[in-house]
Amino acid sequence: MTNLANALYNIRLLDDLAKKNTPIHALHPLVKLLTTVIYLAVVMSFGRYEISKLLPFIFFPLVVALLAELPLMPIVHRLLMVLPLIIGIGILNPIIDNQTITILGVDFSRGWLTFFSLFIKCIVSVSAGIILIATTGMNRLAVAMRMLKIPKIFVLQLLLTYRYITVLMEEFLRMTQAYSLRAPNQNGISKNNWGSFAGQLILRTFDRAERVYQAMLLRGFAMEYHVGTIEKVNINDFAYFTGWSLFFVIAKIYNLPLFLESIITGVVK
Amino acid sequence: MKALRAGINQYNDSSVTHEGKMDITPSVGYFVFKGRDATMHMADALISPTVGFTMMAVTAGLAAYSIKKIQNDIDEKKIPMMGVLGAFVFAAQMINFTIPATGSSGHLGGGILLTALLGPYAGFLAMASILLIQALFFGDGGLLAYGCNVFNMGFYTCFIAYPYIYKLITRKGLNSHNIFMSAMISAVIGLQLGAFSVVLETLFSGKTELPFNTFVMLMQPIHLAIGIVEGLVTASIINFVWKARPELLEKVSAGEAFGALYLNRVLKGFLVAAIIVGGALSWFASANPDGLEWSMKQVAGTTELSTSDEMHQLFSAIQEKTAFLPDYNFKVTDDLSTSENDSTWPAVNMGTSVSGLIGGVMTFALAGLIGLIISLIKRREDVSASK
Repeated sequence: MTNLANALYNIRLLDDLAKKNTPIHALHPLVKLLTTVIYLAVVMSFGRYEISKLLPFIFFPLVVALLAELPLMPIVHRLLMVLPLIIGIGILNPIIDNQTITILGVDFSRGWLTFFSLFIKCIVSVSAGIILIATTGMNRLAVAMRMLKIPKIFVLQLLLTYRYITVLMEEFLRMTQAYSLRAPNQNGISKNNWGSFAGQLILRTFDRAERVYQAMLLRGFAMEYHVGTIEKVNINDFAYFTGWSLFFVIAKIYNLPLFLESIITGVVK
Repeated sequence: MKALRAGINQYNDSSVTHEGKMDITPSVGYFVFKGRDATMHMADALISPTVGFTMMAVTAGLAAYSIKKIQNDIDEKKIPMMGVLGAFVFAAQMINFTIPATGSSGHLGGGILLTALLGPYAGFLAMASILLIQALFFGDGGLLAYGCNVFNMGFYTCFIAYPYIYKLITRKGLNSHNIFMSAMISAVIGLQLGAFSVVLETLFSGKTELPFNTFVMLMQPIHLAIGIVEGLVTASIINFVWKARPELLEKVSAGEAFGALYLNRVLKGFLVAAIIVGGALSWFASANPDGLEWSMKQVAGTTELSTSDEMHQLFSAIQEKTAFLPDYNFKVTDDLSTSENDSTWPAVNMGTSVSGLIGGVMTFALAGLIGLIISLIKRREDVSASK
């Protein structure tokens, strides 16, 4: 998100994706939110050395993303932005936890296990979050939040922030572009202009907010943000929620890859 | 024309320069990889459900209190203003400020700026919105770590640094010097506390092998540098706003627009929430450090004993952590997880030499197969639909 235009593009892309019409998009937003939270909680509850039990959890983002017809690249792109942080923190694990273990006759530091466990967790958690927003959209997610009894004032404020971001970013993009065109070969905004650059933006922001608010009032804004009607929870939602929850619980308790392996090796024998 | 071209290139390349130049210390460059203080965004992968839900509850408590305060105190007009300022900070976090004499550039976190312009309650809520949008749309932080992030970046700036430092310095009136000092000190302190929280939350979660000392020594200095930049930028912006539109700041510092702060109540509420949730969750986790399994397996029997045990551990852990012993390396969390994992881990992976590996590969193969089947079905649906 270092690049402004990128951030703007990303928000719009996710907005567009949320407008698709697939079975996943049609699910109730609250059901999707709760399933994602349960998923994250179960994944993060695994200990540092458990890798094989963690593997079946890649099914959730994979299957949901495919059913929702989400493009792969934006998700991978986000992962590439976030992964360096996790790799940075985790890469010391093999050095610090250097007890040697042997797998398939190869010796390596036990820290690699914790590193890979972190790595998998990061990939699945980030993609689960992006999938949630890309299949639900901000407005429908706000409905889910209201159903969770999150106060209206916060949800309203959140939606307004979200709406204003696109408005402001365009304004801001023009300012940065103008500045960088007048200051070639310079990395960022020079110190003399820090206050006036950002300050100008903030004053424009205030004025804009005032105008937008007046316009909203004229159109009958009364502290309500209407997001349309949301259908009731139906059998599909119920099946989605219970199906995945059951899978998470089973995969948490039983070692599915090992089970799979025993079936295969049993057949071979 | 040449200059124009160079300007465009520089603009287009800004993402590259951002990432490369912010490496203040080479060995910890990843901490500030994305320029914005990426360090302060806890990732889901780094926390345990216990820590995540505890902090979520604490944050929810703080947010509920803030909402109650602003509902009583402010006029409705301020809600859109909060939204707009939240969006402003979101955008301002992407401004690349050149740090003089270093050739690197820094960014704004925005906590202090939001509080200075909106007051603590509205500032905290605006920060919470920004972080939620970042978590959802950009994977900065995560849903489970959301509470941690709001706390680390919102609580310390809005409820500690603002009332005790910013307000204290500016109480006798605003002038450039006061604004500079207050913004600088509160930004630095706010960030130091936040960074320390990141360390504690990560270590409580037991997801990284980094010893306490090393982690602290990595996090605090780098956040001192980030804090100074943040302070300078915040001071410049507030100064500019103060000169151009003094009434915006005077209203807030007089507490007219957004209500005065009663910190005692905030702190009490926070403490109660932390104890209840922390206690409840560690009770859940006590039957098995892996949390959720508890609800599936042994509900009866062990609970009473392990509750007191776990509570005791929790509190002694907190005590030890606050005591700040130099050679302390988080034995409690370590012991918990290693002893637990040691018992399960060889059985899972080292029983036989190949065991687990084949299963892992099979899982991936199965995942690939399912993916293939779904996309084939989807494609067939598309084809039949287009006919």
